[in-house]
Amino acid sequence: MTRSIERVAAVGTAPERVDGRAKVAGKAPYAYEHPVERPAYAHPIQATIAAGRVRGIDTARALAVDGVHTVLTPDNAPPLRRGQDAELEILQAPDVAFRGQIIGCVVADTPEAARHAADLVAVDYERRDHDVTLASDRPDLYRPGEVSHEADTEDGDVDAALAGAAARVEAEYRTARNHNNPLEPHTTVAVWDADGLTLYDSTQGVHSLRSAVAEVFDLDESRIRVLAPYVGGGFGSKGTAHAHVVLAALAAKRMSGRPVKLALTRQQTFTLAGYRTPTVQRVALGADTDGRIDALAVDVVEQTSRVKAFAEQTALPSRTMYAAPHRRTTHRMAALDVPVTSWMRAPGVCPGMFGPEVAMDELAERCGLDPIELRLRNEPDRDPETGKPYSTRNLAECLRGGARRFGWDARPAAPRQTRQGEWWIGTGVASSTYPVHHAPGSAARIERRADGRYHVGVGAVDIGTGAWTVLGQIAADALGVDREDVVVTVGDTALPFASVAGGSSGTTNWGSAIVAAAHGFRARFGDDDPPAGSEHTESAPENPDTERFAMHAFGAQFAEVHVSADTGEIRVPRLLGVFAAGRIVNPRLARSQFLGGMTMGLSMALHEEGVMDERLGMVVNHDLAEYHVATNADVPSVEAEWIDEHDPHVNPMGTKGIGEIGIVGTAAAVANAAYHATGVRVRELPVTADRFLTA
Amino acid sequence: MEADITITVDGEQHRLVTDTRTTLLDALRDRLGVFSPKKGCDHGQCGTCTVLLDGRRATTCLALAVAHDGAHVTTSAGLAADERGQALHQAFLDHDGFQCGYCTPGQICSAAGMLDEAGAGWASAVTEDVRAEPELDEAEIRERMSGNLCRCGAYAGIVEAVREVAEHDGSRAGGEVANR
Ligand code: FES
Ligand code: FES
Repeated sequence: MTRSIERVAAVGTAPERVDGRAKVAGKAPYAYEHPVERPAYAHPIQATIAAGRVRGIDTARALAVDGVHTVLTPDNAPPLRRGQDAELEILQAPDVAFRGQIIGCVVADTPEAARHAADLVAVDYERRDHDVTLASDRPDLYRPGEVSHEADTEDGDVDAALAGAAARVEAEYRTARNHNNPLEPHTTVAVWDADGLTLYDSTQGVHSLRSAVAEVFDLDESRIRVLAPYVGGGFGSKGTAHAHVVLAALAAKRMSGRPVKLALTRQQTFTLAGYRTPTVQRVALGADTDGRIDALAVDVVEQTSRVKAFAEQTALPSRTMYAAPHRRTTHRMAALDVPVTSWMRAPGVCPGMFGPEVAMDELAERCGLDPIELRLRNEPDRDPETGKPYSTRNLAECLRGGARRFGWDARPAAPRQTRQGEWWIGTGVASSTYPVHHAPGSAARIERRADGRYHVGVGAVDIGTGAWTVLGQIAADALGVDREDVVVTVGDTALPFASVAGGSSGTTNWGSAIVAAAHGFRARFGDDDPPAGSEHTESAPENPDTERFAMHAFGAQFAEVHVSADTGEIRVPRLLGVFAAGRIVNPRLARSQFLGGMTMGLSMALHEEGVMDERLGMVVNHDLAEYHVATNADVPSVEAEWIDEHDPHVNPMGTKGIGEIGIVGTAAAVANAAYHATGVRVRELPVTADRFLTA
Repeated sequence: MEADITITVDGEQHRLVTDTRTTLLDALRDRLGVFSPKKGCDHGQCGTCTVLLDGRRATTCLALAVAHDGAHVTTSAGLAADERGQALHQAFLDHDGFQCGYCTPGQICSAAGMLDEAGAGWASAVTEDVRAEPELDEAEIRERMSGNLCRCGAYAGIVEAVREVAEHDGSRAGGEVANR
């Protein structure tokens, strides 16, 4: 059991964001906006073929443009250390592995000159036929080495159990290629000086970015400083270093001392910032006459780039959601001539709950059970994957409480029963889960200063989560002082090491470090009025309970869907999420996290699909006019509630992480509600109007 | 090609020589160091670059600086000069109408421009009776604010914030929107 914070006074209150006033005025500096002297501007040159190599690059016309300083190409770029992360080892070889790959860069006095000149660079390619088509029957699918845990799992005899099941669902479900699209495009400002390299970056992890850059530039980490005090969203796409960071640093190196700004265009972010692979999920569920699941199989096919393997852990949530004596999960991947797949909000878990949670809806119908009742009957008392007890699992309470709140019982059992004018009306439900991740090593520094306040430093990053605010609340309680007496600083590698803002783990890791540092500080300097200059740094200790318990957040999502009988138009007038995610540190900010996740889930359900043109090997709808994300008018009523959950095992604060649980399950709830409205079962995202027109 | 222009930003007049290809957004950000308007797409698709341009909301990435010689620009920072701007800022804080904050200055400028439009009787796509004074209910606010994307999904808080200010802003009914 971890040592908890003794008092809970600031935690649980709802102060506004401490960085809020600067943000509403637009005065909080994001990466591009840090003042640097006389910056030059870099514009990437991207491959216009999807496979092959660059035979030659003619930069003469570009170099003749007024204000252009240099054009970096594979022929002249400074060398990088190779063999670690091929995504980052740019301009070291002429090979092209995907369309949009960086093959050069113009650096100029103005962004206009750089961009114009980039267009004037003539590239001669040697083309190879590209292969960008994901299909579940490809002969070259392979088993990835590792999908965060193992790629495949098997217990019992799934096929035999399915064959003998009283009720059975076997179907293929698909999720689309999704693009993170944080509204701040990925940006790096790079400055080299005698001390080394400074990066103002839109990153989710200053320390992890520093490690990646140090590796590829073969530099000591102490010679790199990364700053990211404010970041305009990330949703995973700023969680790992991408090629443009290296490009900006290379360009700045060439400019010997002059700062270089590089902001990807929105279009470039579609190929250079990672995205979520499309998935094909073959789901099989077999149950007895009471709806108890006897067999469960999830076989996933997805893609990865040839440059760097990334295995989306799509079948993971099925390993922990429902118990069954006979279980199988597998992942198979196709390596294609496509941009690098990477993290997007709730990697694996978000797409991986779509197929199974729609399949549960289908199974409920086959068993003649209410979908909530089916889920309740299959609540495991231990984690089916590890056999460990859950630290807390309150999914049942989320389902029951949500059902009451939503008015679930009023719904007719059969689909296609309710019509109001033009609209078919239905409701749907799906479960959510997301693991509690722990990453080792985060540390915090606490210093009493002459202003009488406690200054807390941790190299965390606030990408919109509220870290600036909630870390201060945690520190106040851990120190036993008022929130006003605490000043938090984040977003700088000059501060103690912090893990990346990803996997909903920020508060767990950084908060644990702050609590440890506060306890250490008090042990050293006493409880009352330590002198100015008292300072203590400490790392979060390991939490032995992570070995003893399975730790996950849970939730239930409810959707009301209207489908036009005339046009197939689909609207979602009502979304409700009820979550069990441990202690909520700041209800005002937590609500935004939950609602934000659900809104992105709604967006995934209705709109989001990067459309691959197989002839060109590129996503053609690579901007915000054609890759639709949910707008204000798409979200009439979205509400989030949470249950008062006390989990003494997860960490000293009792928090489980709330950045991702909100997006998990939304799409399934919407698809299930659309079925209930129309009787048309959609097993493929996004759920668009055309799917209902034959109905 | 370059041109000499004058732009007043949040009450402060600036003279600058600008490349004729430079957008108003880039002139503000790269030339004048005015970073309140953000660049999310550079194509008029996201709304993060919204300011009040001569009194009306406009996406500055779709405006060329050279075409706006003599223009008056108000950013979200400048809105704080009057009571309604302050009320908008406070309402966004109270209702947590943002997370990362990148869309926020644009949302707030858009809200200010939208309140003026509604006050002047302009209808929207969801206005039932286009001759009547529009009532800024939630559906109207959502429709009128849909040019400003928020990837963090803070729409619920944005609508609550704008609605609260709209309710206290009833005095503006019958107002006018600047002619451009
Ligand atoms: S930056 Fe102008 S609308 Fe997106
Ligand atoms: S607050 Fe992040 S995009 Fe709106």
